[in-house]
Amino acid sequence: MINLTIDNQKVAVEAGTTILEAARKVGVKIPTLCYLKDLNVIGACRICMVEVQGARTFIPSCVAPVAEGMVVRTNTPAVIAARKLVLELILSDHPMECLTCLRNQNCELQDLAKEFGITEVRFDGAKTEYPIDDSSPSIIRDPRKCVLCRRCMSVCTNVQTVQALCAENRGFDTLIAPAFNEKLANMECVNCGQCSLVCPTGAIVERDDTAKVWAALADPKKHVVVQTAPATRVQLGEAVGAEPGSIFTGQMVAGLRRLGFDKVFDTDFTADLTILEEGNELLQRVTTGGTLPMITSCSPGWIKFCEHFYPDLLAHLSTCKSPQQMFGALAKTYYAKKAGIDPADIYCVSIMPCTAKKYECRRPEMNSSGYQDVDVVLTSRELGRMFIQAGLDTTNLPEEEYDEPLGISTGAGEIFGASGGVMEAALRTVYEVVTGQTLENIDFEVCRGLTGVKEATVQVGDLSVKVAITNGLGNARKVLDKIRAGEADYHFIEVMCCPGGCIGGGGSPIPTNTEIRLKRIDATYTEDERMVLRKSHENPAVTALYEEFLEKPLGHKSHELLHTHYTPRGVNK
Amino acid sequence: MKSLDELAKIKESRRAALKIREGVPSATEKAHVMMCGGAGCISSKCLEVVDAMKEALSKNGIAEQVQIILTGCMGPCDMGPVAIVYPDATFYRRLKPKDAEAIVEEHIMKGNLVQRLLYRAPGAKEPTPKVTDIDLFAKQKKIVLRNNFYIDPTSIEDYIANDGYAALGKALTQMQPAEIIEEVKKSGLRGRGGAGFSTGMKWGFTAAASGSPKYVVCNGDEGDPGAFMDRSVLEGDPHSVIEGMAICGRAIGAEQGYVYVRAEYPLAIERLDYAIQKARENGLLGKDILGTGFNFDIEIRIGAGAFVCGEETALLTSIEGKRGEPRPRPPFPANAGVWGKPTVLNNVETWANIPEIILKGAAAYAAIGTEKSKGTKVFALAGRINNTGIIEVPMGTTLREIVFEIGGGIPRKKAFKAVQTGGPSGGCIPADYLDTPVDYDSLGALGAIMGSGGMIVLDEDSCMVDIAKFFLDFVVDESCGKCSPCRIGTKRMYEILDNISKGKGKEGDIELLVELATTIKATALCGLGQTAPNPVLSTIRYFRKEYEEHIRDKKCACNVCELEE
Ligand SMILES: Cc1cc2nc3c(=O)[nH]c(=O)nc-3n(C[C@H](O)[C@H](O)[C@H](O)COP(=O)(O)O)c2cc1C
Ligand code: SF4
Ligand code: SF4
Ligand code: SF4
Ligand code: SF4
Ligand code: FES
Repeated sequence: MINLTIDNQKVAVEAGTTILEAARKVGVKIPTLCYLKDLNVIGACRICMVEVQGARTFIPSCVAPVAEGMVVRTNTPAVIAARKLVLELILSDHPMECLTCLRNQNCELQDLAKEFGITEVRFDGAKTEYPIDDSSPSIIRDPRKCVLCRRCMSVCTNVQTVQALCAENRGFDTLIAPAFNEKLANMECVNCGQCSLVCPTGAIVERDDTAKVWAALADPKKHVVVQTAPATRVQLGEAVGAEPGSIFTGQMVAGLRRLGFDKVFDTDFTADLTILEEGNELLQRVTTGGTLPMITSCSPGWIKFCEHFYPDLLAHLSTCKSPQQMFGALAKTYYAKKAGIDPADIYCVSIMPCTAKKYECRRPEMNSSGYQDVDVVLTSRELGRMFIQAGLDTTNLPEEEYDEPLGISTGAGEIFGASGGVMEAALRTVYEVVTGQTLENIDFEVCRGLTGVKEATVQVGDLSVKVAITNGLGNARKVLDKIRAGEADYHFIEVMCCPGGCIGGGGSPIPTNTEIRLKRIDATYTEDERMVLRKSHENPAVTALYEEFLEKPLGHKSHELLHTHYTPRGVNK
Repeated sequence: MKSLDELAKIKESRRAALKIREGVPSATEKAHVMMCGGAGCISSKCLEVVDAMKEALSKNGIAEQVQIILTGCMGPCDMGPVAIVYPDATFYRRLKPKDAEAIVEEHIMKGNLVQRLLYRAPGAKEPTPKVTDIDLFAKQKKIVLRNNFYIDPTSIEDYIANDGYAALGKALTQMQPAEIIEEVKKSGLRGRGGAGFSTGMKWGFTAAASGSPKYVVCNGDEGDPGAFMDRSVLEGDPHSVIEGMAICGRAIGAEQGYVYVRAEYPLAIERLDYAIQKARENGLLGKDILGTGFNFDIEIRIGAGAFVCGEETALLTSIEGKRGEPRPRPPFPANAGVWGKPTVLNNVETWANIPEIILKGAAAYAAIGTEKSKGTKVFALAGRINNTGIIEVPMGTTLREIVFEIGGGIPRKKAFKAVQTGGPSGGCIPADYLDTPVDYDSLGALGAIMGSGGMIVLDEDSCMVDIAKFFLDFVVDESCGKCSPCRIGTKRMYEILDNISKGKGKEGDIELLVELATTIKATALCGLGQTAPNPVLSTIRYFRKEYEEHIRDKKCACNVCELEE
């Protein structure tokens, strides 16, 4: 243990602890901007400076380790003045557009300006001017609002290992952007939006598509249906101000109806359907000597990642579309027919915790109904804004149920939202379908949690099924490299693009951090337990769908509507 | 080379062959012409002089009896091209190709000095032919540049003849690693790259650090505008750096070294590369050096040219192939350097001192200089001064001696105004302090720094606001952009200064500059930002009146700034 004093309090912490973390332990808050625990510890913004006795300069508390006998003062007038001037400098190179900024009132820079009591910026010199990059269907970069904290770059490089963003140019002209300031859409960017999740300001935001949805809702000719992804029900509460981990299913459904959606359906329904298609595909691959391990395909960021960086492994991907796209294809065929509505008049909206879904719905393969299957994707953040704009007190709305039939689901569909959920749902079904026996304990705890790579072997009849589960693309890489090296003997792998799975997706409410991810995961499994049905093959609406329309898993219609193919893309040189 | 004996033999035989350069006439050779091949002389076309001289030698049939050797920078760049003709050590200056014939036919063949090409001290009637008699050189003390008048930088034998690799031999056969470190500590040598940290202590930390392998790195980035001390060493005496690094390898237990050289120094890279190759061929790098079982090798890394890449952590990341950007310290390179391993990083000039310290002993070295600054320092003199170029003086030499005795004073009878030391990180020292001894602490106390050895002399026509603006412009361009105070703060300081220089300054601007400067110094991430405000602070400290004139009277007394109406 290292002993030091911080603001006259004696503190003992482990060696290697930073001054910042040591201070937090004794309730001393030091402001930060670039720092993001475990993800971005680079000491760049210089907001967290403190005074250390004997030091020549102020010391950046976020990176400086404690030392024995250190005497730290965090709030002397001198250090406060220095921080304030540094912030004033940052603001002097910022377009003060709070009133027209998506991050208004949810912005770390704005918070600091308020905390520091900044009332004036004394410098009226040049500002960095780089054009907005709105080439991506998913996220929009406005370098003018960038404070160069590099959190986005760290996440993209270290967590996702995509490296779509880097530091370019020097000095005042420094820019965090794709190499050579290329447009994001031309990069290997997988649209995961993790950068938008960690950005302290409005410099990287989701593409706001709410106007399209307002317009559709206003159009009397349109029959507007909406699907809500599994993770959204444990996120929407946060998006309108509730505590992290709030379960908001009924309120969200009620809110969507009040906004004027004609039908409120659930992606959980097609999540159940995915299990039947994908489970059968797995059994088929196992019995007919197909490509193994098979890897899940519901995460569009992951798909694009595989297309760019592991095009040689595309045959491992399940051909199943994601639940969102299965839903879209069915909404404009099965549902249209059943409801007697011309699919041309159906406007299909998704609420997703994900920015990559905005890209996915525009893929050319996703027009199986003869129309763009999903018309527009809104992130949880965007729906939260629509609720607020509509003046809905969503938190206090009486809970409502999803519409039938595409709103019927099971707990298995629900847990798709958390890393390991798809695997657990698949195991629940595959076990019972293969063995014909009822599972005694349907909770596969080994699948759950935030661990980057989880592995398990599950006995299903005669077969020992070896599975792996990864979340975050850097973790996916570890398993993919094993496959490439011929060292992976798994049957089935679940890959989720975002850390923690969809509950931590790039369209999630801000902030999203480890602690909040864990709360959303807890809420997800609570929701699963509350469901009457918890196995996908028991979903009566799915059974009816097969009877009335699809006939059988992997059948002809399924292939037409529910399965897809992939494009090797490779890496830019 | 597998033993000290072999080294000694090479030394002996080569030394005999080079007696002529010590002033001993030779039976077989008429002369050795040491032609300065430093950057200044190359640009004043010394290579054409060499060609002309070769021609003249051939024409007279004595090509076999005269050697022409292209040396590293001899220092007096403004007199270039310069040459020394041995055995009589005659110094010739401002040579033109057409002068070659005279030197060959008059001096070399007949023994008549070519009077019009000799050096004349300012005001002196008679020339001073002999290089060692010339005041400009006599006041200097050469340790780092010890070989620049004597050796062919492309000849390892020349280097060995002048005691080269003897220090390495001693370190490998007569000293334990801890003794080497102790010796370097006792010498009092401080880093010549700017910060002036004790070299011996740095080696000690790295030796004690856990982690292996360990590395030895030479910083040859030399980005200060106008500086070319390190270049002179690398071009003129590359083996001295190699030897210093190998000694350190032995001291800290490293087997690999890197020399980081800026891409703008192609000749330095070429010479160093060649020297490394020769050292390997001679068993002075590579495996089992001098038969002692010690392994050490060196690789060259070429820098991308950004000034900030000279900052140690940026340099180390750049060696790893990443964007050269500083990172916070700790961890210091001694604990986590290249590839995260314990690393000693020293400046070129620091390295070149090491063989001398090991060979002659710490006490001899520590006898030179002042109490806290030992040895010599190489400076690049520039600006409004008669003798521009490279000089090496004992620490503690006063500014006055440097400017007026070695530097020959201010041209055109102008008055001295200030000397700017330490480049963009340094400060301006006014005339009142001309008797300050040049050492780390005295310069620091005046708000300037030793830095890497840039010295720019300013005369009465230099506007201090303009000077401050010049240096700030440089750092604004060179800031890496990682941390906010430097990235934005230096830009804002520049904008304020720019306004002042254009007559658009406001009351309060000086105070705002000081506020910015103080905060940037205290909050910037690396040395670049932490020192960037120095030129502004020191000019405000000593020449505040000039700032006020620009702001209040909208006037530039030196008529340098273009003030807008
Ligand atoms: C912006 C900046 C540029 C630097 N450039 C150089 C350089 O070109 N050469 C050099 O030796 N040291 C340079 N330094 C100093 C190095 O960081 C380091 O202190 C030095 O190389 C250590 O060697 P020394 O102890 O032998 O001086 C620079 C420092 C800063 C902050
Ligand atoms: S990024 Fe933050 S500070 Fe900047 S305009 Fe948007 S809300 Fe305001
Ligand atoms: S969306 Fe994902 S892949 Fe694209 S830049 Fe952001 S973090 Fe990187
Ligand atoms: S875009 Fe956002 S996260 Fe990235 S460096 Fe700029 S401010 Fe930071
Ligand atoms: S002080 Fe300047 S050069 Fe150093 S890290 Fe900060 S921005 Fe880069
Ligand atoms: S929070 Fe510590 S430097 Fe940015």
